[in-house]
Amino acid sequence: MTTLKQGTIPNYWSGILDNVFKRRYKMRALEKIALTLIAVGALAFTATAGTLEDVKSRGELRCVVSTGIAGFAYPDSDGTWKGFDVDFCRATAAAVLGDSNAIKAVTSTGKTRFTKLNSGEGDVLWRNTTITFSRDVGVKLTFVGVNYYDGQGFMVNKSLGVKSAKELDGASVCIQTGTTTELNLADFFRANNMSYEAVTIEKNSEARAAYLSGRCDIYTTDASGLAATRSTFPNPGNHMILPEIISKEPLGPATRQGDDQWADIVRWVYNATVTAEELGVTSSNVDSMKGSNNPEILRLLGVEGSQGEELGLSKDWAYQVIKQIGNYSEIFERNIGTNTPIGLARGLNALWTQGGLQYSPPFR
Amino acid sequence: MNSSLEKGYVPGKHPNLPPPVKTTGIMAWAKQNLFSSPMNIVLTLLSVWFLWTIIPPFFEWAAFNSIWTAGNRQECWDQMSSPGAGACWAFIENRLSLFTYGFYPTHLQWRVNLSFIMFVLALIPVLYEKMPYRKYGLIYSSIFPFIAGWLLVGGFGLEKVDTDQFGGIMLTLILGVTGISFSLPIGIILALGRQSKMPVLRILCVLFIEFIRGVPLITLLFVASTMLNYFLPPGTVFDLLLRVLIMVTLFASAYIAEVIRGGLQAIKKGQHEAGDSLGLTYWQAHRLIILPQALKISIPGIVNTFIGLYKDTTLVLIIGMLDMLGIGDASLADAQWAGLANEIYIFVALFFFISCFGMSRYSIYLEKKLHTGY
Repeated sequence: MTTLKQGTIPNYWSGILDNVFKRRYKMRALEKIALTLIAVGALAFTATAGTLEDVKSRGELRCVVSTGIAGFAYPDSDGTWKGFDVDFCRATAAAVLGDSNAIKAVTSTGKTRFTKLNSGEGDVLWRNTTITFSRDVGVKLTFVGVNYYDGQGFMVNKSLGVKSAKELDGASVCIQTGTTTELNLADFFRANNMSYEAVTIEKNSEARAAYLSGRCDIYTTDASGLAATRSTFPNPGNHMILPEIISKEPLGPATRQGDDQWADIVRWVYNATVTAEELGVTSSNVDSMKGSNNPEILRLLGVEGSQGEELGLSKDWAYQVIKQIGNYSEIFERNIGTNTPIGLARGLNALWTQGGLQYSPPFR
Repeated sequence: MNSSLEKGYVPGKHPNLPPPVKTTGIMAWAKQNLFSSPMNIVLTLLSVWFLWTIIPPFFEWAAFNSIWTAGNRQECWDQMSSPGAGACWAFIENRLSLFTYGFYPTHLQWRVNLSFIMFVLALIPVLYEKMPYRKYGLIYSSIFPFIAGWLLVGGFGLEKVDTDQFGGIMLTLILGVTGISFSLPIGIILALGRQSKMPVLRILCVLFIEFIRGVPLITLLFVASTMLNYFLPPGTVFDLLLRVLIMVTLFASAYIAEVIRGGLQAIKKGQHEAGDSLGLTYWQAHRLIILPQALKISIPGIVNTFIGLYKDTTLVLIIGMLDMLGIGDASLADAQWAGLANEIYIFVALFFFISCFGMSRYSIYLEKKLHTGY
């Protein structure tokens, strides 16, 4: 009996101690986890200083681009992103990081693009985005320029003999759902006392098939999109884009609201490409232009003045943009100009000196 | 008997005559199956006409007039009698690496290949019961997802690859395989939880299942891609692929849970009581008696859910991830090739058909193998 008791009592106590110890140990582990979580959270909060610092420390610029719009953003067969918008993204990377290849394309659809920017997944949005009041004010974006002036147009088969959009009464129209084009179309037909039959479709490739198979008489979307689509037809010459442009679609880059320095950088990267075209600076002559007599060229290329430092960039930021990507005209002609399959004329996007709207404030 | 006597046959010596022509051969089969009534004659002729108008032009387009080598759409069309007269498979060839690896860095693509080979090896012990040393095979299969995750994402000695570089078939497979392999165990646990006698557990499971089933997958994907960002501290980039994988898995497991619950309810009460009378615990009874039977009954439903999940993965396109279909769409935006949508969509459809048909055939094989006659 005594031996048993002697054995049980310590066992009993050691059991309790064990329990206490284990419980304590567990609490410590929990505490550790909680502390780490708090620390990680705090780090995450402190990590969001300014977009510029983030990009520089990351060594990579994240651009919100589309999942594929002909001429503006698409992957080539190697998976390299190309296009008009992507080139502007590369130009931004060249200005900030000195390397136009240090970009990452954050693909987004029309529905997710603003969240991707606002949540910080992307640093800047170069994605065929029409500037509107509600997007500027309501979605809390900062639009910093218009890199492409677009407008909604109509495409018809020449065999219909239509010469003007005013003659389209009763036509069936292929139109993408859920876009501003749908509303513009309704407005236009109502204003002109005409009726139409809408054939709603989801995607451009679907619209192309519907239009070619004759399910609709006209196809309406942004004029750049019409030109791009027409270029893929077996006989593009049989179709014409009507002269009427029924809406304003200024497409431009956006940044998050509240980071003015970053917005300035994106704005002046775009301005640099336009100014370079205006001053005749191209990627091929940019080195010799460094010895130019024109003080504005010298300021642009960072030979004189301190524009780079004021932006928080290197002195030769605009030189890098032009050297690696080119001026506005080069970007335009390379991706969507008349020598590409898209074949767009400059039109509204010509320089202001040539009857267009592309205009940059002076580098002064 | 009489007639044979009349013809002069000796009883028992009747020669083996061939059956009447009208009851055998192609003619008889055709008459019986295709032309048995005026209605059937009309239907047969209509079907033949229909197939005749569809199939030869399709093959002419897809095979005889097709072009396999070209640098862009125009070169393709220049080789044809008229633009679009044949398929331009050169486009697919041009995009094949993009379709397979997405934007994965070229010099690291061996890691994707290796993961794929390991994936096939991991499938064998799961699918093929008679494999020698299957037990060790299964251990390998169960750790494979983690090895593959390490190989694909990198870290711990390997160069890191961000998951937004994933795309194409690789992304489709990652989404499909992860969803399928993790949703089954979670689904089983949810189904058991829903049948549990513990009220809190039961209510939690019911709530989870009904919530997930009551919401479309696309909503969950939008939550994963956009809403979560607002809840998390700004600047934390909680990997999008991981978020989507979690959502897809949860979605599939709610459906699997309901399919398995159907199987569980089909098991007679006697089976539970038999387990109890043998003195088996809850888990022993379920592992040895209930679940093997319930899962066997549920196979068609489970595979159905898997196939549905696999195809649903294409919805990630809407939140900007470029899976197989997304790569196809993005490729169509390349002005060099744009306009060849048919080729792209046929290719994507073929890929999905092969995968899903394979799953379906395997489920039939499994059903036959496990069929015990009761």
